[in-house]
Amino acid sequence: MSGNTVPSGDAPPAGRQESEGGPASSLLDLVGNTPLVELKRLSPKPSVRLYAKLEGQNPSGSIKDRIAKAMVETAEASGELEPGRELLEPTSGNTGISLAMVARLKGYGLTCVMPANATPERRRLLQLMGASIVESPADEGTNGSVQLAVRMADEDPRYFMPFQYANEANVQAHYDGTGAEIVHELDRVDVLVAGLGTGGTLMGAGARVREAFPDAVIAAAEPLPGDPVIGLRSLEDGYVPPILDVSRLDRKVLVTNAESVAGVRVLLEREAIFAGVSSGAVVHAALRLAEELDEGVVVCVLADGGWKYLSAPFWGAEDVESAMENSIWW
Amino acid sequence: MTTVRIPPTLRQDAGGERDVTAGGSTVREVLADVGERYPALRERIFESGNIASFVNVYVGGEDIRTQDGLDTPVAEGSTVILLPAMAGGALAPLATLRVPVTRAEPVSGAASTR
Repeated sequence: MSGNTVPSGDAPPAGRQESEGGPASSLLDLVGNTPLVELKRLSPKPSVRLYAKLEGQNPSGSIKDRIAKAMVETAEASGELEPGRELLEPTSGNTGISLAMVARLKGYGLTCVMPANATPERRRLLQLMGASIVESPADEGTNGSVQLAVRMADEDPRYFMPFQYANEANVQAHYDGTGAEIVHELDRVDVLVAGLGTGGTLMGAGARVREAFPDAVIAAAEPLPGDPVIGLRSLEDGYVPPILDVSRLDRKVLVTNAESVAGVRVLLEREAIFAGVSSGAVVHAALRLAEELDEGVVVCVLADGGWKYLSAPFWGAEDVESAMENSIWW
Repeated sequence: MTTVRIPPTLRQDAGGERDVTAGGSTVREVLADVGERYPALRERIFESGNIASFVNVYVGGEDIRTQDGLDTPVAEGSTVILLPAMAGGALAPLATLRVPVTRAEPVSGAASTR
């Protein structure tokens, strides 16, 4: 892997910039090299510069395009994934949408396993993009989806399961892409804030940013789920993704659903950026950490846009926490 | 005193309470105090003297694993939150499942940054 790491210095990260000056030959060439924009109106003090990396501007609308492309192409390069095999992933979220894009463009089938009670919008979008849907029992939640997907992959060798939580190509995509792009554009980074899901962004981009700026603080924004969501799991259901090494994080900030939505709103009101729920959490954590600095540069990774959340119940809710406590938002 | 928030999964081991109060100036002391009253809870959140791997503990809204661990100071009147470790969207008992782990060489520089 060290042979293909992006050199620090002037060389631009591979990806979209290579196609500048002409049309891209494939949507896949447009993955990554997302815009980085300064949030001057949101910064708590003039001496702290706040930047947002707009991952919602990836072709299918989220940061997951990076890892979907990387996981598939890494498996193709190793020979593990060959024509005729079918992708299988337990997901009803952004990863499914990104895998559907990659699968369609590369000619693979895709099956997404999701709980029977997943929202109709997600199901419809995945189906429109050509994915087959397999339902797992609603009362088993995402646990049931993963168990069913694992069983299907075991029983049918046709399936290839990228499995983002345990796939190092996820981390590498953020090292080679997200992180490399940030250090290419900025001459200083004091804090990098990203949402914690699989840990891929924080591990990969965090490592690349630290290489260039050894004192940079790598900070995770982590959701505080509502009691009904926690209550579905026993302690033994706890899960730490294999690719996540918490010892490589400097800060791990818990963000409530209400704080996340407040972050979404403040991004819209001050900067006219319409971002998703996890981005709101990232902004909340970034503002908290920015307050601790006398001066410096804080970079927020905003994973997706707000479009997929328009039908969510929290926008007009008086009690945001109650409106959100029954669902997993990121 | 400190408020310790108990997740639904652990309430049966804490007398059904959502919040319990405890004394102590570090996480270690606070959880020892709670553990004296609720030995079953202590059994579940500790593993060989450390916080069990699938339990997260937060003080001031931050994970103690990125603070001083069990020695993290707890200010009078603050809240200690216990949560099961969860990953975004996928909260499955994967530790007990056979799942494919795609290995690659470590990202260069990643291990030497702290």
